[in-house]
Amino acid sequence: MTHASDTSSNAAADAPPISPHVAAVEQACGPLEHSVYRGQQRMVVPAEKSFETLALLKDRGFDLLIDVSCVDYLEYRGATHRYGLIYLLASTTTNERLTVRAFVDDPEPTVASVVPLWQAANWLEREVWDMFGIHFTGHPDLRRLVMPEAFTAHPLRKDYPLQGRGERHNFPVITRDHS
Amino acid sequence: MALTQPVAQPGSPSLELPENVVVSRLDELANWCRKNSLWPMPFATACCGIELMATGAAKHDLARFGAEVFRFSPRQCDLMIVAGRVVMKMLPVLQRIWQQMHEPKWCISMGACASTGGVFDTYAVVQGIDRFIPVDMYVPGCPPRPEQLIQAIIDLQDKIQREGTITGREFNTRQRQLRKRALVELPLPLSIDAARNPNLQRALAGAARPQD
Repeated sequence: MTHASDTSSNAAADAPPISPHVAAVEQACGPLEHSVYRGQQRMVVPAEKSFETLALLKDRGFDLLIDVSCVDYLEYRGATHRYGLIYLLASTTTNERLTVRAFVDDPEPTVASVVPLWQAANWLEREVWDMFGIHFTGHPDLRRLVMPEAFTAHPLRKDYPLQGRGERHNFPVITRDHS
Repeated sequence: MALTQPVAQPGSPSLELPENVVVSRLDELANWCRKNSLWPMPFATACCGIELMATGAAKHDLARFGAEVFRFSPRQCDLMIVAGRVVMKMLPVLQRIWQQMHEPKWCISMGACASTGGVFDTYAVVQGIDRFIPVDMYVPGCPPRPEQLIQAIIDLQDKIQREGTITGREFNTRQRQLRKRALVELPLPLSIDAARNPNLQRALAGAARPQD
């Protein structure tokens, strides 16, 4: 995506050593894109293997899920996929931080839910579903979190108009005559 | 000395009153009582609510104008102060609380967001509560200072003194309505209540809106 992938192959002599977590994931899932930004490790995993990768990382000590978020890369310069899911992990024993990303595409952007791994993912994935329409298979209760239940759109998608499609004015009017 | 003076018989054209008696119309008296005992319903959703609290606190002392009794039950209030932006998930709540308030009742739209949506021109924010509920006073500002809210309450008091009556003439259209219950009167757009309550579902299907 936006960062170069040249750190994963034929690393230069002065490149930092590959993180053992990245090495472990690469051993399980094959070579993947990864980088270090301001001392924090980032990696991109294939969406279909995201659950087993995150399960592996949880076994390696990342016991805390900080956030699940998403970015819509529609018409983004150089983008090859539409949606980028972001998992922010942390280890409470070693204080390590890790950013794991996975890309999904239209139609039916789908990824496996990580609620079986971290209960904290429950509402986070509900919010991503509400705002971006990413479907999380295996989620126990995938309802809207922020918008009203009757809302039909996913408003943080880039092809949704900023001022909405009139939903904010679709209410009955109470006048002095009937209140 | 006035009390010792003989009072004319009733029916006499020259009726004299003691000096400690004031004659007024009953409407004026009722309006005077109403305007000096406004009980606000604080519908505070954003930073305007902080200024609203400051208005009620010691320095600005809303009690000087008889409006210091903030109640959190709409059944006990007659002045709704909407302080802050209202999003589309909150608007049905706002409308229901407004309908739960007893007559006579008034509404102050406090701040730019409640009045127009303010800078929040996005998909979820209602662009002015006066699109959906009646508003008596608008207070500009982002957020308004407590003095501005106090000025709005003073102006509202003038309006109540001028307009309200105890005969209920201005509420005639409302009194002619057959059903007064808020739940039946207001068809909620989100049908959440109907889905959860089959009795309400039947009532909504059977209740025809009265024609004015």
